[in-house]
Amino acid sequence: MTNAISVSGLCKSFGRTRALDGLELTVRTGEVHGFLGPNGAGKSTTIRVLLGLLRADAGTARLLDGDPWRDTAELHRRLAYVPGDVTLWPNLSGGEVIDLLGRLRGGLDQKRRASLLERFDLDPTKKGRTYSKGNRQKVALVAALASDVELLILDEPTSGLDPLMEAVFRECIAEERDNGRTVLLSSHILAEVEALCDRVSIIRAGRTVDTGTLSELRHLTRTAIAADLAQPPTGLAGLAGVHDLVAEDSRVRFTVDNERLDAVLRHLTTFGVRSLTSQPPTLEELFLRHYSEELV
Amino acid sequence: MTSFTGTGALARLALRLDRVRLPAWVLVIGLTPAATAAQYKKLYPDEHTIQQVAGVITNPSLVALNGPLFAPTLGGLTAWKIGMTEFVLAALMSLLTVVRHTRAEEETGRLELVRAGVVGRYAPLTAALLVTGLANLACAVLVALGLVGTGLPVTGSVAFGVAVGLVGLVFAAVAAAAAQLTDSARSAVAIASAVLGAAYLLRAVGDTGPTWLTWLSPIGWAMRVRAFAGERWWPLGVAVAGVAVLTVVAYTLVGRRDLGAGLLPQRHGPAQASPGLRSPLALAWRLHRGLLIGWLIGMALSGAVLGGAAGAIGDAIGANPQITDLMARLGGGRKALVDAYLAAVFGIVGLVAAVYTVQATLRLRAEEAGGRVEPLLATPVGRIRWAASHLVVALLGTTVLLAVAGSAGGLGYGLQIHDVGGQTPRLLAAALVQLPAAWVLAGLGAALFGLAPRLAAGLTWAGLGACLLLFEVGAMLGLSRWLVDASPFAHVPKLPGAAVTATPLLALTAITVALIVAGLAGFRSRDLG
Ligand SMILES: Nc1ncnc2c1ncn2[C@@H]1O[C@H](COP(=O)(O)OP(=O)(O)O)[C@@H](O)[C@H]1O
Ligand SMILES: [Mg+2]
Repeated sequence: MTNAISVSGLCKSFGRTRALDGLELTVRTGEVHGFLGPNGAGKSTTIRVLLGLLRADAGTARLLDGDPWRDTAELHRRLAYVPGDVTLWPNLSGGEVIDLLGRLRGGLDQKRRASLLERFDLDPTKKGRTYSKGNRQKVALVAALASDVELLILDEPTSGLDPLMEAVFRECIAEERDNGRTVLLSSHILAEVEALCDRVSIIRAGRTVDTGTLSELRHLTRTAIAADLAQPPTGLAGLAGVHDLVAEDSRVRFTVDNERLDAVLRHLTTFGVRSLTSQPPTLEELFLRHYSEELV
Repeated sequence: MTSFTGTGALARLALRLDRVRLPAWVLVIGLTPAATAAQYKKLYPDEHTIQQVAGVITNPSLVALNGPLFAPTLGGLTAWKIGMTEFVLAALMSLLTVVRHTRAEEETGRLELVRAGVVGRYAPLTAALLVTGLANLACAVLVALGLVGTGLPVTGSVAFGVAVGLVGLVFAAVAAAAAQLTDSARSAVAIASAVLGAAYLLRAVGDTGPTWLTWLSPIGWAMRVRAFAGERWWPLGVAVAGVAVLTVVAYTLVGRRDLGAGLLPQRHGPAQASPGLRSPLALAWRLHRGLLIGWLIGMALSGAVLGGAAGAIGDAIGANPQITDLMARLGGGRKALVDAYLAAVFGIVGLVAAVYTVQATLRLRAEEAGGRVEPLLATPVGRIRWAASHLVVALLGTTVLLAVAGSAGGLGYGLQIHDVGGQTPRLLAAALVQLPAAWVLAGLGAALFGLAPRLAAGLTWAGLGACLLLFEVGAMLGLSRWLVDASPFAHVPKLPGAAVTATPLLALTAITVALIVAGLAGFRSRDLG
């Protein structure tokens, strides 16, 4: 088994809203996969289909080599889920919820439970209705992370966490990856995805617009270059792959298609390079580029 | 005055949110009295026939259920017949509406969004009370106009309408105060409903025994207005004073507490779950436990009180020729009369127990809509197993409630006539025959939950409301036979006294099973959410 999740051509409509429109998603076993998209893109809907909570209209979805709708119980024994909007029972304490969900999943590691509670600084004696959003999310996270499962499905798990807890979360996910678990991490916090994910899929309006490793995605984009040269350059504007050129005497700033980087740098060195900075595109730029297509 | 800023906008929002619910309540409450009066007019066209029924009504069992009849006139008879139903309905409408627009909004966090806008501290409560006040005003006006329309005296009609509206307002104020005490809407409704139950019982006991107890009950105040029987207006003053005091309490409490918090302290829970909390059924029990215990206490008290009241029947009837006459016709003497009373009581007990059945069954939908099912169904727990866990609690809970009401009734009556051993099994049976009918409502709720989840709550409550109305006035309104028979409760043998036939009970159980199976099948193949 090499793919923990493979989804293709997935469609799902709610009345007139087309939430998923031929979505593709492949998550390889053992990787942390970032699932990116703006609000309403269909991330939660995809995850609910994968959990057998919604039934797809068309397309195929496979989860851990099973059918998420038919083999629900067997599959759920092997995964843990943190919903995007965690609601708890008002009069159950956080500790009770963690234990209950863990036991239903077939038991949880008490040592790990204790250490997670401490790391996330969570008071397990509070009742569900008194937790803040972030603390409710921590309850669900501790319950999921303390279970011994192959696959973690996390739907925007850090949207209510403060930066300190966000750092703890990243540590935990890094450990999970080292332990060989597969993680599907839906998020729109780019720094988090950049720090944690081996591969990402970017979706928009129910469709996958890009997928691959971060460097693969970057390959298709541009690097920003700023250079101070010994003499004013010529012919730069005419070079294939150079964009947004700004030249003031011997200083130049421009962006270049990554596949042309080599040729353009060779050209620059012929004018004598005094200093040079290059910035690979941030995920944010990738993200914005895909999203802004929406506006076009 | 900035504490009240935004009241108007919130009131309009509440009216919009309740645009179906409130008019439905108001129409039922507003039109039932006129329909009753019109029917009585047909049934008892002259003085003589009215005198005849009026004699029968002095029978203490009927007094315990509906209160005393103040005047042997068409108006008096109408007010007696429908008064209790109207007061209870107006109280329920009001307490549910107030909690829905105060504590429920706060609990879900929606109020935080609103309060952060240009909205004063007191605005949400004021808006809720305004809207509820408006609904009660509409009820009062409709009731009065309807009764005048059937040709009853104006003074009596207005008095009855105002009494209905004021009972509504009292319970709006009760709910307003209750909503400040706890931090959950569910408990606020439970507290206010317990006050309503106590008000009914105090009146029932007071009307058959120590009269002063009646004066502790808002329903007693409304009755003592004596609509159509030489109206007395000052009890309305008592009601108004009650509203004023409770409203002041509610506003004071709002001023003292934080948004989202209650006044009763929030206790901490255990850091670890007890070893038993490891299955959907254990969770369902945990979630239903509080509600069921509250109901058990209420049912035990009601059963004992209403059963005990049966002991007094017959003590007062010797002097009454109409009752002696009725007894002769029933053919069983005093025993038959008591049995008729007990059968009526347990008919009501069955319907009231069905309120619990519906509440407990609809928990399925509440859990789903609240998003609390998703994390459970993302574990190996299957849908059917989860849904069944709540249904088991609803069905068994109803069984226990009826058993407790029957046993308490048998004890209450048996102690009076020194026959505990004989009466307890009889009344236990009288309570338990209601079970299949109450279960049908669990079936209805389950079927709707599986097949039309968004409509489940509304339609299931409407179904129970229809059963109540058919029970109260169906036969009297001369509705066609098949309509009256649509209520499962129409098929329950009238125990004690009547013969038990198994067929209707088995049929009702089979219907329940079929509905539940249909609901579960629907739930298994539909989207969650
Ligand atoms: N149960 C539902 N009923 C109707 N529309 C829904 C439902 N769930 C999701 N949608 C719609 O589907 C789209 C995708 O939603 P979602 O998957 O929650 O997006 P994301 O998680 O990426 O923010 C949105 O337009 C949303 O409004
Ligand atoms: Mg989402």
